[in-house]
Amino acid sequence: MSTTITMPQLGETVTEGTVAQWLKKVGDSIEKYESFVEVTTDKVNAEVPSPVSGVLTQIIAQEGETVPTGAPIAVIEEVGAAPAPQPTTSPSEALAAPLAAAVAPTPAPASSNGHSNGASRNGGVVNAPDILRRVSPAVRRLAREHQVDLVSVRGTGQNGRITANDVLASSSQGPSAAMATSILAAPQPAPAAPAAPVAPAAPSPAAAPAAHKPSYNAPVPGETIPLTQARKIIAQRMLESKHTAPHAWTMVEVDVSGLWKWRNAEKERFQRDRGYPLTLLPFFVYAAVQALKAYPLMNARFTDEGILVHRDINVGLAVALDSNLIVPVIRDAAQYSISGLAVAAGKLIERARSGKLGADDLSGGTFTVNNTGANGSIMSAPIINGGQAGIVTMEAVVKRPIVTKDDAIAIRSIMNVCLSLDHRVVDGSIASAFLVDLKKRLEAMAPGGTL
Amino acid sequence: MAVASTETTTLNNVEAVRQTLYEALKSDPRTLVLGEDVGARGNVFLITKGFIEEFGAERVIDTPLAEASIVGIAIGMAMEGLRPIAEIQFADFIYPAFNQIVGEAAKTRYRSNGDYTCPLVIRTPYGGGIRGALSHSVSIEALFYHVPGLKIVAPSFPADIKGLLNAAIEDPDPVLFLEHKKTYRSVKGEVPTGHYTIPIGKADVKKAGTQLTVVSYGLYVHQALDAAQQLEAEGHSVEVIDLRSIRPMDRTTILESVRKTRKLLIIHEDNKFGGIGAEISAMVVEDAFFDLDAPIRRLCGPDVPAMGYALTLEEEFMIPTSRMAEAMRDLVAF
Repeated sequence: MSTTITMPQLGETVTEGTVAQWLKKVGDSIEKYESFVEVTTDKVNAEVPSPVSGVLTQIIAQEGETVPTGAPIAVIEEVGAAPAPQPTTSPSEALAAPLAAAVAPTPAPASSNGHSNGASRNGGVVNAPDILRRVSPAVRRLAREHQVDLVSVRGTGQNGRITANDVLASSSQGPSAAMATSILAAPQPAPAAPAAPVAPAAPSPAAAPAAHKPSYNAPVPGETIPLTQARKIIAQRMLESKHTAPHAWTMVEVDVSGLWKWRNAEKERFQRDRGYPLTLLPFFVYAAVQALKAYPLMNARFTDEGILVHRDINVGLAVALDSNLIVPVIRDAAQYSISGLAVAAGKLIERARSGKLGADDLSGGTFTVNNTGANGSIMSAPIINGGQAGIVTMEAVVKRPIVTKDDAIAIRSIMNVCLSLDHRVVDGSIASAFLVDLKKRLEAMAPGGTL
Repeated sequence: MAVASTETTTLNNVEAVRQTLYEALKSDPRTLVLGEDVGARGNVFLITKGFIEEFGAERVIDTPLAEASIVGIAIGMAMEGLRPIAEIQFADFIYPAFNQIVGEAAKTRYRSNGDYTCPLVIRTPYGGGIRGALSHSVSIEALFYHVPGLKIVAPSFPADIKGLLNAAIEDPDPVLFLEHKKTYRSVKGEVPTGHYTIPIGKADVKKAGTQLTVVSYGLYVHQALDAAQQLEAEGHSVEVIDLRSIRPMDRTTILESVRKTRKLLIIHEDNKFGGIGAEISAMVVEDAFFDLDAPIRRLCGPDVPAMGYALTLEEEFMIPTSRMAEAMRDLVAF
């Protein structure tokens, strides 16, 4: 079957175009979507992609020739098809159909352009930038964030418009073909197997005629680091949390001088007797659990039906691995003493680092503690673990001059504790009361306490 | 909202205004009402019926037909420590008082560098749909919402009316309190007994939904809720926000909702051009552009000089519930 290619309409007010250069000779084979001719008008210069795969059998409009939009300029014989006796059958339909299928039914805005033969007003040339021109800001943003190739999304909105929900539905079906190449560069066919692993920007056939400069000033691409499954999940969870939970943030300074001394006095014996290090973490988790008991609204989740206050206190511990972040959970943390928490946390962290955590270890958290101080941070604004009311950080313990109650200046060990809270669940008053309660419990810790 | 009691009584909007005014006069000797026919006639909607007998002519003052004087006198009282609640009989008659409201009341605190405040409430019935014709149908909010220093509230549920009228009376600055007259007796609801306030500047999500945000106030909130129920029956989820306060406006609630639904329909009775919806649109486009999945749509009063008396003209001006439902369907499907 042969397909007649017509002069595309390269703008709403454009009525004719000039063949600037044939990128293919008669007899050359052409891949679908491959640019095969360069066309200029008084407004734009553009390379025209082929609507079909085949062999260029006839050039009708010669280089330098100006023809009206919709006029035939070439004939392509489709691969494997028997030569058709009449090469003039419905050129515009043949052009439009395969592309329309690839880009979802997004019709061009209505406009009268004087063509009454039913030809697509783009002369059959529909490419990715055309789609982008018509998508809503939300669709464009979501496509970028979820790495969704819009060319592969089927629109369910009015007149086949791609809606924000279409993008989200498409993204939950699995990663689509590398978006950067298809949206920002030449159009690509819709990915045949959406779940196939993404190769880092394999050169597409459309990129073949490399001798030609692109007609736009794109930035020189750098290296794209492929997303690991873990990175994708982290990205998705962080985004979900930030999008659904309105985060508020607050911080207190805690004088941990007493706690610091106590822990230093006990740590060697503890390591020797129990086999796990005695860090500040179990002290902190212990105090946090007591504060959560006093302020149960901080141990809750927001649902549309109401605020679900958890009976159990399951504390997630954010653990940074080399290229991953996981949050193993100490279940029913209220049952443990400080030393019990030290052992439980020690075991979890050990198993996390050796990759031996099971799904049970990672689920069911109701509140999260993040030991950001381990990396030297003194202040951080953590993102809430989805479905929880808050997350607290333990920042680095630093020695600071402090004005004491009796107006003397003393050197004390100070730790900042930061809290991000889901403002749908609690307001600042409760969150602050919780944080101050936690601070008081930490400041009350001193050598001689019960481990 | 600090509710003193979980007990409620069923009131219509007139009764809610009446009860709140009565309790204010009863509990705070600084309060007084003044306006045309508020005394002997007990107000044209009978809101202050019996007040003059109980509280006397010094606290329930019948004024001449002179709106500039009503507001001007009330400003003086407010600056000197009283809590006047002035009434403009119909919002259509507020224009003579424009200079007093905009030029004096709204600027008192600023001009005196905080030495004086103007704790004044101006109540007025507004809105159409009651065959009120040219001089008993107008919406005035857009004429005033451009003015910093002036608060504007327009609640249309009895419980909101009570909480916001109490807040307006206790507010240290001037508050324009708009009462949609078609809701006066047509809208009833449960009202907590005892004293409570609702913060000025806080909108209320009257119905939660996920596919479309509708922002409205006044009479149209009730119609928008009816339309949203129709959509619900068709399997669509529409969120309806009652602004309640027009200025300050609750950006947070609107933006949160639009970020969730990604689509926005604004419905108000006041004229479209330069109306409240224009400000809401601008705000959403400025702050939530990348969350929008459809063009913002406004259903508003037509830009004609007034609401005509002929039923056909009134119907042309007022937006029927069916048109609201149609716009919601369009946006949900977009």
